[in-house]
Amino acid sequence: MLLILLGVLILHLIILILLFVSTAASAWSVGGVRSTDLWYNCMTTSEGYHCKPASSDDWIQAVQALMILSLLFCFFSLIAFVFQLFKLVKGGRFFFTAIFQILASVFVMCGAIIYTVMSPEDQTITHFGYAYVLAWVAFPLCLISGLIYIVLRKKE
Amino acid sequence: MLTFLALASVVLLGIVPEQSQAIVIYTGWERHALLGSDIRLSCSFFSWRWTSEDVTFSWTYRPDGSRDSISIFHYTGGVAYVDNKGPFRDRLEFVGNPGRRDGSILLKNLEFSDNGTFTCDAKNPPDIVGRPSSVRLLVFEKVPIQAGVITGAIIGVVLGLLVLIVVIYYLMRFLVARRVFSLSVSKHGKKKKEGSQQRQGPAPPADPSKVKAAASEKKKQESRKDKK
Repeated sequence: MLLILLGVLILHLIILILLFVSTAASAWSVGGVRSTDLWYNCMTTSEGYHCKPASSDDWIQAVQALMILSLLFCFFSLIAFVFQLFKLVKGGRFFFTAIFQILASVFVMCGAIIYTVMSPEDQTITHFGYAYVLAWVAFPLCLISGLIYIVLRKKE
Repeated sequence: MLTFLALASVVLLGIVPEQSQAIVIYTGWERHALLGSDIRLSCSFFSWRWTSEDVTFSWTYRPDGSRDSISIFHYTGGVAYVDNKGPFRDRLEFVGNPGRRDGSILLKNLEFSDNGTFTCDAKNPPDIVGRPSSVRLLVFEKVPIQAGVITGAIIGVVLGLLVLIVVIYYLMRFLVARRVFSLSVSKHGKKKKEGSQQRQGPAPPADPSKVKAAASEKKKQESRKDKK
């Protein structure tokens, strides 16, 4: 029982770290010397590293909001998990934890989908960066974690 | 403090030679406008002298990317002369009040070619030494949304909804408990107590906290029954 609990907690922490790095790093689209979205548009030149704020289009702001919300909800679900661990009735389910975790996964999915569809067609940008990949990795992990919390019952 | 400053400045004016008496011209720094709309470019000045009758205002326009400026407006001798040959013919109107040191002009039906720098120069004889002031005009097809407005709005709405749902949930739980409790107190008959217990029975225990509340209510009623 303790092993399962520890495993679930470690998975949750990994998801939190993945979401945090994906949201904070400005590397959703990269190409050669440029790296852009969600927050900064950076270019490495011979003189150094120049950054200007990313374009403030509607869809980029929506992706920013969805990523921040998913991070917040994952954090709330962690707090709810710790809270329910001590306060839950025997045999009860981790209802709130599961709800917040599934909502977080939905938000990451929406954000990643919007970014995939609307990402800019630029000649200097060649492919998606690591932050984008982390967002897509975090989405199924978060969903699985939420489903585990639905199935999990407080024993003993 | 203010009167002291005023007195000091008046004294200084009398003593100090004329080159310190300069006219100061104020316009905006940058103006944003939508395509096809009208915009009022304001210009006013500060001068130590009274506003004379020979006060003059003149506006010149320099398009973006060009090095030449063209004069588009001039006010002198109480008459305003607007552009009748240049890029602003029939689109310029004088809306200022020279008596109140206001030399503002109104540009109508803006086009993309109106992007540029407008310079206002005012002279208030004998106070004529001064630097003209420029205002930059930017014409947009649609007003760009500032960075972070939509982000903040989405986050605020979702978190607000979350708080609202949590508050409503706890309020409903509190009200339901209170209603059950007050019903059993006001009606003293056994029938009413059994009725309220029956209402609690078939309630689905989906939420463990609700089960807890119902269990504690049942215990309270049973203890009251025992006491009776």
